[in-house]
Amino acid sequence: MINIEGLTKYYGQQAVVSEFEAQIATGESVALWGPNGAGKTTVVRCILGLVDYEGTITVGGVNAKNGKVVRTGIGYVPQELAFYSEMEVVELLAYSAELRKLDTSRVEEVLETLGLQDHANKRIRALSGGLKQRVGIASALLPDPSILLLDEPTSNLDAEARDSVLRLLEDLRKEGRTLLVTSHHMEEVGMLVDRVIAMEDGKKVIECAPTEMADALGLRAWLHIVTDNKEATSLALSALSGAGIEARENSNGVLVEVSAQSKGTAISTLYEAGVHIADLEVWR
Amino acid sequence: MTTSTASRQTPEFRIVKAIARKELNAAVNSRWFWLWAAAFAGLAALLTSVALPDSSVDGYVGFGRTAASLVSLVQIIVPMMGLTLGGLSIAGPRETGALRFLMSHPITRTEAFVGTYLGLAAALAVTTFGGFGLAGLVAIAQGVPATTASFVWISVLSWLLAIAMLGVGMLVSTVAKTSAAALGGAVFLWLILVFLGDLGLMGTAVATRMPVGVLFSVALFNPTEAFRLAALSSLSGSLDVLGPAGRFAVDQLGDNLLLFLALGLGLWAIVPTMAAWLRFTGKSDI
Repeated sequence: MINIEGLTKYYGQQAVVSEFEAQIATGESVALWGPNGAGKTTVVRCILGLVDYEGTITVGGVNAKNGKVVRTGIGYVPQELAFYSEMEVVELLAYSAELRKLDTSRVEEVLETLGLQDHANKRIRALSGGLKQRVGIASALLPDPSILLLDEPTSNLDAEARDSVLRLLEDLRKEGRTLLVTSHHMEEVGMLVDRVIAMEDGKKVIECAPTEMADALGLRAWLHIVTDNKEATSLALSALSGAGIEARENSNGVLVEVSAQSKGTAISTLYEAGVHIADLEVWR
Repeated sequence: MTTSTASRQTPEFRIVKAIARKELNAAVNSRWFWLWAAAFAGLAALLTSVALPDSSVDGYVGFGRTAASLVSLVQIIVPMMGLTLGGLSIAGPRETGALRFLMSHPITRTEAFVGTYLGLAAALAVTTFGGFGLAGLVAIAQGVPATTASFVWISVLSWLLAIAMLGVGMLVSTVAKTSAAALGGAVFLWLILVFLGDLGLMGTAVATRMPVGVLFSVALFNPTEAFRLAALSSLSGSLDVLGPAGRFAVDQLGDNLLLFLALGLGLWAIVPTMAAWLRFTGKSDI
């Protein structure tokens, strides 16, 4: 569905994307993962034909440089709706529908699908971050696109709004749409996609399943193990230390630094030492 | 097909209309726009109402005196309106992400550019004709015998100056990296065109004993001067009040003077706009 070959993009003298390759099949959900400045957003802009580039990108067999045709079948969700602040939600969606030559009845459908009816006549500036993102997704869904490009869809959201948007995106994924998500959040990637393309300095560094990514990249995580009381915490620290696992006391339990694939070792060590685990969180 | 070739396909009227309407609404709802509109309409009405029946301005009397005062007002305010609106038209949305959002729709860059231009040109028409309309009403209320044709002609020339400045502003906007830089560039150009251009030209003419023909030609390179010459010419059919350069222009061009000046202003409206369009639809990134 999306085929990228030899993509190179320069800003001035600097290559922000270099010889990038990717193939994304119909219905597949793929993440471009990497730190800020890795080149993820630039790849999305190239697919949309918003910037000039070297290499070849085709979307459904159509060259992405023919932007108008390519964008007909793509829904784009920006990082944040930080514009058109004086427009009402319904006005923004009607404008977007008009640009896509869609019937205005489609606006009502999308408002309903995304639960935005109660906010239809609110100005964009009056919306919370989560609702703004929902409006962005609503606009992208107007043409009922087979492809959705999402640029850091949850990066500016609080935990609650993030959870809500992630659920929405999960539903879209289940509908069989092709999703390309840029993100630097590991959890988001794990929840949303079938495959991760990790980027660094404009280059692809690894391509794998989300479950393999942390290990492949040598990323570490912290297990926050909540215990019942101080005594259990001491017992846990002693058991982990005996097994050669680095740990330290935390406010209501212990904090254990582990590699991506060795979380089970710490858990089983505590289990064998008879420590009751009241709760467990993974921090990255 | 390259990006720039694809983006210069014939625009679809329906899309251009949608963008133009949105731009007009956004402009009309902005504080900046109302500030300029109120300043222009207010000053135009004030100038008309304080015009004294027995006084003269630049040799003009009656309605001509009022109109000559309005010409001076237009020379200062209208370029600023056009330049600031144009200056923020591309750089502003590019900075906020609105341009990227707009261009994520199945539209070409030409459609986006033409729609934006027409929407802003319409907004400038609302301000310009609104201001002159108000001044006209005040003139009628005061019993000043207005020459309708001259009044309409000056209004049209003012709008032509406004859209010429809009094109220049949009060119600045396509080149500037930030909206602050675009706005700074627009204000700088306004200073050059309105003040430094006029004073610089006068100073140079005196210092170098510039021939009147050259002085007239050089004046045309400044759209605010081209507007002034055309507007004053439309009031009396001569430019005698401007001295030797004015008399030279009348001698050389005769009845075609006004047409020639309007064409000069028209070129100012077309050339920078075309340059901005070429820049925007070229290989520039969004």
